[in-house]
Amino acid sequence: MAKKKTIRTIPQERTPMREQDARARAKNFAEVACGYSLEEALREAERCLLCPDEPCIKGCPVNIDIPGFIRKIGEKDLRGAYDVIAETNLLAAVCGRVCPQETQCEKVCTVGESLEPVAIGRLERFVGDAAIQNAWGRVSSVEPNGFRIGIVGSGPAGMACAADMAKAGCEVTVFEAFHQPGGVLKYGIPDFRLPNEVVDAEIENLRKLGVTFECNTLVGRLFTIEQMIDEMGFHAVFIGTGAGYPSMLGVPGDSLNGVLSANELLTRCNLLRARDFPEFDTPVPLGRQVAVIGAGNTAMDAMRVCLRLGAQKVHCVYRRSRTECPARAEEVHHAEQEGIEFHWLTAPLEILDDGKGGVRGMRCIRMELGEPDDSGRRRPVPVKGSEFDFEADQVVYAIGTNANPIIGQTSRLKLNKRGYLETDDDLATSMAGVYAGGDIVTGAATVIEAMGAGRKAARSMKAYLGMRDAQQAATGATLFGIDLRERNFARIRVA
Amino acid sequence: MQPGQPSRFEIVSRQDFSDATYLLEVRHPMMARAARPGQFVIVMSHEHGERIPLTIADFDRSRGTITLVIQAVGKTTRQMQQTCKAGTALYAMVGPMGIPSPIGRAKKVVCVGGGLGVAPMFPQARGFKENGAYVIGIVGFRTRSLVFWEDKFRSCCDEFILCTDDGSAGIKGLVTEGIRRAIAKHPDIEEVVAIGPPVMMKGCAEATRAHKIKTVVSLNPIMVDGTGMCGGCRVKIGGEVKFACVDGPDFDGHKVDFDDLMSRLRRYAQEERAAAQRWSENCRMKDLADAVGPAVELLELPDPFEDVKGG
Repeated sequence: MAKKKTIRTIPQERTPMREQDARARAKNFAEVACGYSLEEALREAERCLLCPDEPCIKGCPVNIDIPGFIRKIGEKDLRGAYDVIAETNLLAAVCGRVCPQETQCEKVCTVGESLEPVAIGRLERFVGDAAIQNAWGRVSSVEPNGFRIGIVGSGPAGMACAADMAKAGCEVTVFEAFHQPGGVLKYGIPDFRLPNEVVDAEIENLRKLGVTFECNTLVGRLFTIEQMIDEMGFHAVFIGTGAGYPSMLGVPGDSLNGVLSANELLTRCNLLRARDFPEFDTPVPLGRQVAVIGAGNTAMDAMRVCLRLGAQKVHCVYRRSRTECPARAEEVHHAEQEGIEFHWLTAPLEILDDGKGGVRGMRCIRMELGEPDDSGRRRPVPVKGSEFDFEADQVVYAIGTNANPIIGQTSRLKLNKRGYLETDDDLATSMAGVYAGGDIVTGAATVIEAMGAGRKAARSMKAYLGMRDAQQAATGATLFGIDLRERNFARIRVA
Repeated sequence: MQPGQPSRFEIVSRQDFSDATYLLEVRHPMMARAARPGQFVIVMSHEHGERIPLTIADFDRSRGTITLVIQAVGKTTRQMQQTCKAGTALYAMVGPMGIPSPIGRAKKVVCVGGGLGVAPMFPQARGFKENGAYVIGIVGFRTRSLVFWEDKFRSCCDEFILCTDDGSAGIKGLVTEGIRRAIAKHPDIEEVVAIGPPVMMKGCAEATRAHKIKTVVSLNPIMVDGTGMCGGCRVKIGGEVKFACVDGPDFDGHKVDFDDLMSRLRRYAQEERAAAQRWSENCRMKDLADAVGPAVELLELPDPFEDVKGG
């Protein structure tokens, strides 16, 4: 047991994480943040007070036992630390990298009240990476319970749901339309933020749990949700297909050849490896002067990908100010370091035609902030007469997505007005046995929120199937019913 | 570690229609059951390949196969022409994608197929015939040697017009000439369905516009995922932006902005030329080294490799 620590005795400074030099990394796809060494991790773990309140656990959408795993790191028991995380989150290496910890666990950290909070995300990544290096898997010791679960979409929501159902003894099949599983973790988030090998390793872990992945399978068209329940013998289905369908700006010049969605750019580059064209067959447009519209995490990814593909100048055009920018502070900071030029309070009016079907530039207008709008952010208002043009040969839209229509087109599931799947508080859709979560329910959100939804749906599915968690019944539920003894799920009712 | 190791999509038969056009019959019993006329698949021939959309030319539920007809025009389709033999397998095939063509109860329809478009037109013509329509089939090719599926197509038509650009088979002229004749003879045509190169479909839409005959076309823009996720396939339909992969691929021909579609199809022209050129060079080198093998016939490629940005 560690000796009693106080805020005065712990290392006062947060342990920095080594990063690739900004200039060098803007030319390569290797990971920007290099991760902690054991020494650094131990030092940072020492900063956790192991306080009795454990606010960080409540701050985590999947309620990881954060002090628990940090204590294990302190004891140099990395395997133990991994097991603690893996109880609730099988994707430690992913979440340690892409979760917005500053608005979740680290935001409420007790140390953070007087010093910089414990670098929980970095420690989680450290443990996740160690698990991958040592190929620590968690083989399910649970008796198969005979239930078959179909999961539509292999992104974070589907993976989290699959993990929970497999751990409870269900036979889980995950269907993916692309030729590789991973969803947005593969096609969306670039390698310099989340290497594909990390995603592959996490998927391999799910396979070890007994989860089957079926790629090249477009659910809705190859078979329907109804068929999964009625004909294919799935006892319950989870839909985590994501938001998909990128928004277009709707300004003149939208369909010019130099204009594309961030989704297209990222998919070509990340999943289809267009950056290695011609060794890989998929091409990607290479702009010299690129303007990315939007300032979310996807926009940051798109801009930094363009830089790495060889763009000379990359601009970020955003109609609100930096304060309203939805990207993680760290991502904006990284983008700035790499030389992205930010144009805050600037709205595009028109994409200018080069006369050959391509892009010559953009016409923009300056904005100023007015009264707060529905989202609580101050509404940007155009400044009269402030129109100006600037040069660009490629424009990337990263202005959000709409609901993917395929499931709606091919099933009787109830949709809301905006085309997303309608669910109740337990994430049940309008069809018995069919659950949904992640972006296809909420609209675009974060990886960890999607995982939280996947786990919540898993809990509902277990209840629907009549599996009861003895431990949970005894101790009362936590936010998502996270418990340490999911193996005790017992089947008490045959569906 | 190979997560997502795809199952194999075995090619059970292959047929060559000409130097450039070939048919692949791929085993996929589940897809054969699900496929409807007008839908398409996305295919990857190998792990490093690109995803290419191909309209389903036919499906055989008893054999459990999907038929694709492919024209060797770019690097991928030419490479597939060489490597995709019966007994080999595709790396990936996903589908059926898109909204199936609504084969209604029209009493008299014209089914127009141009070049490669003849193949995906066939199951629609057959569908109309099965629904009891009077089907006028019009197919167009550049020249006689490129003609395929003439008998197959004819078998589900009440009338059949074959057009070639040079008059070497059937009537001399474009399919629009065939449409003109059909309209002149049958004032009661309710619907025209056209599949082929964009310029042909544009011509068909123009040929029927004055007669106010409902005209459906199947669009084939550049796609990545085919599931509505990338927006690369966006087309302008009556001033609105639609994604061909999930909102189509069939649209009202009178509303399609064909010029926009054709311009967008040229988007990767440079990269495509470069890839094809590079691939041809490699084949030539390989053939030189491998004196036994027959020389690969190479297409003339206008743009020099150095001009290209890719790589």
